[in-house]
Amino acid sequence: MLTDLYISGDSPLHRARPAWKLVLLFLFCTLLFVVTHPVMLAIGLVTIALGYAVAGLGPRAAYTAIRPAFFVLAIIFAAQLWLETLWLAIYVTLRLFALLMAAALVTYTTRASEFTEGLLALLSRAPSWVPKAKIALAISLVWRFIPMIRAQFDEVREAQRARGLDRNMLALVVPLVVRTLKTADEVAEAITARSLD
Amino acid sequence: MGMRFDRVCVTKAAREILSEITLELTEHRIGVIGNNGSGKSTFLRLFNGLETPSSGTVRFGDTTDDLRRHVGFMFQNPDNQIVYPMVEEDLAFGLKSRKLPKAEVTERIERVLHDLSLTHLRDRLTHQLSGGEKQMVALAGVLVTKPDLICFDEPTTLLDLRNKMQFMRTLATLPQPAVVVSHDLDLLAGFDRILHIADGRIHADGRPEEVIPAYRALCEM
Ligand SMILES: Nc1ncnc2c1ncn2[C@@H]1O[C@H](COP(=O)(O)OP(=O)(O)OP(=O)(O)O)[C@@H](O)[C@H]1O
Ligand SMILES: [Mg+2]
Repeated sequence: MLTDLYISGDSPLHRARPAWKLVLLFLFCTLLFVVTHPVMLAIGLVTIALGYAVAGLGPRAAYTAIRPAFFVLAIIFAAQLWLETLWLAIYVTLRLFALLMAAALVTYTTRASEFTEGLLALLSRAPSWVPKAKIALAISLVWRFIPMIRAQFDEVREAQRARGLDRNMLALVVPLVVRTLKTADEVAEAITARSLD
Repeated sequence: MGMRFDRVCVTKAAREILSEITLELTEHRIGVIGNNGSGKSTFLRLFNGLETPSSGTVRFGDTTDDLRRHVGFMFQNPDNQIVYPMVEEDLAFGLKSRKLPKAEVTERIERVLHDLSLTHLRDRLTHQLSGGEKQMVALAGVLVTKPDLICFDEPTTLLDLRNKMQFMRTLATLPQPAVVVSHDLDLLAGFDRILHIADGRIHADGRPEEVIPAYRALCEM
């Protein structure tokens, strides 16, 4: 999952080129989906465990990464169980789990700026009319502002709860959208003020 | 050196927000006061080109350079000024468009973190910092570009007393000239010059011991 989880460190995974990490992540996910065999999944899970060990990340870090997704994983498991078999439910859930853990491993070991540079390195093969630096900035902004919008949502909900309106979708969404737009305006302005181009 | 305003007007939505402002600002610490909606923020935003005059000119010294090259701007809410998720990356952001060698970027970041006693925040996530810490990081992001002048729009409204005092000490040690818009009259008491803006005009301009009491008296009427 693309969270803001970077943990500083000096492992080979931290030092690896971000572009390579992204390519590897892509190949890893593709492989898990194309080769639908339990052995492949087992290899994948072992690889991830090794990755976390190499990066010096303990079970705690792994748990933090996956915690927000537990709910979704549980729903998928239940749905598969209902529609298919127990065996398939386990397989599908574990595979998604593996993908999330792999993506989290990349974000744990890659700073947002390196991540953007990695994307830029990949983008550098794109034609020249693609605004590469802008795309990179946009990606870091998403990274930076997701926690902030989440915090704003909590704030708005609290304020509306105090007014007894916390079950009213409109009362939640309107202030949130207004604030987000206003924030976006101010951020755009700050970016203008801080950079020369 | 300093900022020069020559018959500057700003009109928005057919309303004149600032009219005929002519000023030469060379003092080290300049405060701007005035009622809500009087045009202080608009005035300040002219300093670094966030706002362009409808007529007249704003210049830094004798140069016709891009104002942003010379003037740093601190926004009221540091949350919106900090762009990157990590402190160190955010400080590097302002330097990116200046095409400096990598070694100099690192050196400047280290220097500014050290000068503001923020070295311990270097690897922290910006959204997890406290309000006061965020503001200091935002200030570091401005200082790292070595502006010739720094503008502050209501810098202390979000701060508690301790952080406000910390901010005042930091402000006192800044080598650059600063222009500060504030409703906090104590903050501006020791400044060299105060501009009182009313209805988009410079209503009073002088030493704080003259302008501030007059402004207070006016508000009490
Ligand atoms: N984009 C805009 N369009 C129309 N009017 C605007 C615009 N921006 C600002 N104004 C108006 O210009 C006037 C001056 O605004 P400004 O933000 O400069 O005031 P201020 O002195 O900073 O006030 P405050 O103390 O509340 O921050 C206000 O009346 C405001 O409504
Ligand atoms: Mg204002």
